[in-house]
Amino acid sequence: MTISFRATALILTAAMALSACAQGGLRGGDDAVNLNSAQGAFGSVSDPRSIAYFNQIVGDRVLFAVDQSSLDGASMSVLDGQAEWLMSNPEFTALVEGHADEQGTREYNLALGARRAAAVRDYLVSRGVAANRINTISFGKERPIEICSDESCYSQNRRAVTVLSAGAGV
Amino acid sequence: MLLTRRSLIRSASGFAAAATLPVLAPGLVRAQGRPLRLEITEGVIEPLPFAIPSFIARNGAAADAAADVTRVIAADLRGTGLFRQIPDSAHISRVTSFDAPIVYPDWQAINAQALIVGEVEQQGSRLIVRFRLFDVFSQQPLGDGLQFVGNRDGWRRMAHNVADQVYERITGEAGYFDTRVVFVHEEGPKNARLKRLALMDYDGANVQFLTDSRSLVLAPRFSPTGDRIIYTSYESGQPRVYLMDVASVTRRPLEAVSAGNMTFSPRFTADGGSVVFSMEQGGNTDIYRVPVGGGARSQLTNAPSIETAPSFSPDGRQMVFESDRTGGQQIYVMPAGGGEAQRISRGSGRYGTPVWSPRGDYIAFTKQERGRFHIGVMRTNGTEERLLTASFLDEGPTWAPNGRVLMFTRETAGADGAPAVYSVDISGRNLQRVATPGMASDPSWSPRLP
Repeated sequence: MTISFRATALILTAAMALSACAQGGLRGGDDAVNLNSAQGAFGSVSDPRSIAYFNQIVGDRVLFAVDQSSLDGASMSVLDGQAEWLMSNPEFTALVEGHADEQGTREYNLALGARRAAAVRDYLVSRGVAANRINTISFGKERPIEICSDESCYSQNRRAVTVLSAGAGV
Repeated sequence: MLLTRRSLIRSASGFAAAATLPVLAPGLVRAQGRPLRLEITEGVIEPLPFAIPSFIARNGAAADAAADVTRVIAADLRGTGLFRQIPDSAHISRVTSFDAPIVYPDWQAINAQALIVGEVEQQGSRLIVRFRLFDVFSQQPLGDGLQFVGNRDGWRRMAHNVADQVYERITGEAGYFDTRVVFVHEEGPKNARLKRLALMDYDGANVQFLTDSRSLVLAPRFSPTGDRIIYTSYESGQPRVYLMDVASVTRRPLEAVSAGNMTFSPRFTADGGSVVFSMEQGGNTDIYRVPVGGGARSQLTNAPSIETAPSFSPDGRQMVFESDRTGGQQIYVMPAGGGEAQRISRGSGRYGTPVWSPRGDYIAFTKQERGRFHIGVMRTNGTEERLLTASFLDEGPTWAPNGRVLMFTRETAGADGAPAVYSVDISGRNLQRVATPGMASDPSWSPRLP
């Protein structure tokens, strides 16, 4: 029974990986970056209209203090750049993912991630981006990008990531 | 599974049913000649010794089942931490027939306080399990003999039913062995975790997967009747509450899908007729209630802070939840229909994930303080707080249906950190890891199965 179960799990894992690659396309986000950055699916960093440029030059994410969803000066300046880029590239829509570190209960962290995503969306809207171009989602503590259990990782995980999609409607 | 049970009154000689057992002094201290009784609440330090000779196979076909049933009953009782099994090798008497008289001195000599005798019979696809429980030092049966009849493949449930009977007769508390646990099975590295809903017996047997790993799923909870599960899934792209029928493994969104807002942290109301959950709008999270069969959603909290993790008192009149309205997470109680909330958590640190005991007497919670996590219990007015566990990350308690044991998630630290399900007595004793097929989190304990 254990053996057949493990075999099933492996097949499912493989299927997941395949579907993630297939979807990679123009989607950014942490999962897609890990899978696709090498293939250049986001275009070239030297092309200022590319997702790669947005992710790496403009900066696709802002970080937060413990339990906080307020934006500091550095975050606002990154988001100013995001807003500017979004307004000059109207064919893109954005999904803002809110995340938390692992030092918290699951459901509170979901709510906290939503707060962070909303703080970013509200700021982008305040800088002129149309509200209907931005959706939000929270992953709570479910999708860490750094996996150690100390502040050096936690600080990277307390984040809101702006993930671009081409075309109207996310 | 169909499971029938009846008393074995005819076949018992002088079996006086233990109608009302007097409450005795704590622990094992008991006067000679008084009925066997274990008081859990008084704090048992020394487990009660019992003997369970392998159940007799009434026919050859029942040989395997007899051994298996015996093993599971013994494991149930040992697993409580309240009972200690005397190994078969120490037995003096051999039980050769279910109806043979008990040679009490032989069991007294090895200090067996309780003796469980049983037999198993297989008739085609049916299995019959019979047992009797004896109070060795009073030299009398403890309650009637009982017979359970079910399908051959339901042998574990029959064993759990026997263990429940033994536990109940000796402790006076309801048993919790014939129960299931829904949980989240986890696979993969920490930064790419796959999660699936899964169901298992309370002891980790009979694992059944309810979802595949394509969509992230979180925090399933049983309905009060055990036939439905409410949980959060990302299958629509957004976190959303889903309702699953356990028997058919079919699911539907709790409400007609509305764009944008995240719904999560669902739990059934005490009568099972409604679900309370959190909904996030524009970054703010409040608690709502909606009838399971459809109907208007009502808003129970309305604050700019995070209100989540609602749980109802068993009488349905009050709701406990967590809120960060004063800064950090704290626990509040309010009338079920809405109204003013009273903060009940008063210690230092942060308090979340409150769950009302099915007995109504305690609220279990997660406490976070100075980088450590604890599972604890407090009275429903916040007094008598007791922390039961401490680790890098403990969270999300769920009650056994008798309100004496909790399961929760414990996660280890670091890049290889992994979650597992643990159980602990509300006394803080008997911390154990629950057997699961892999990494596991977010357990929810079913009621006693019908």
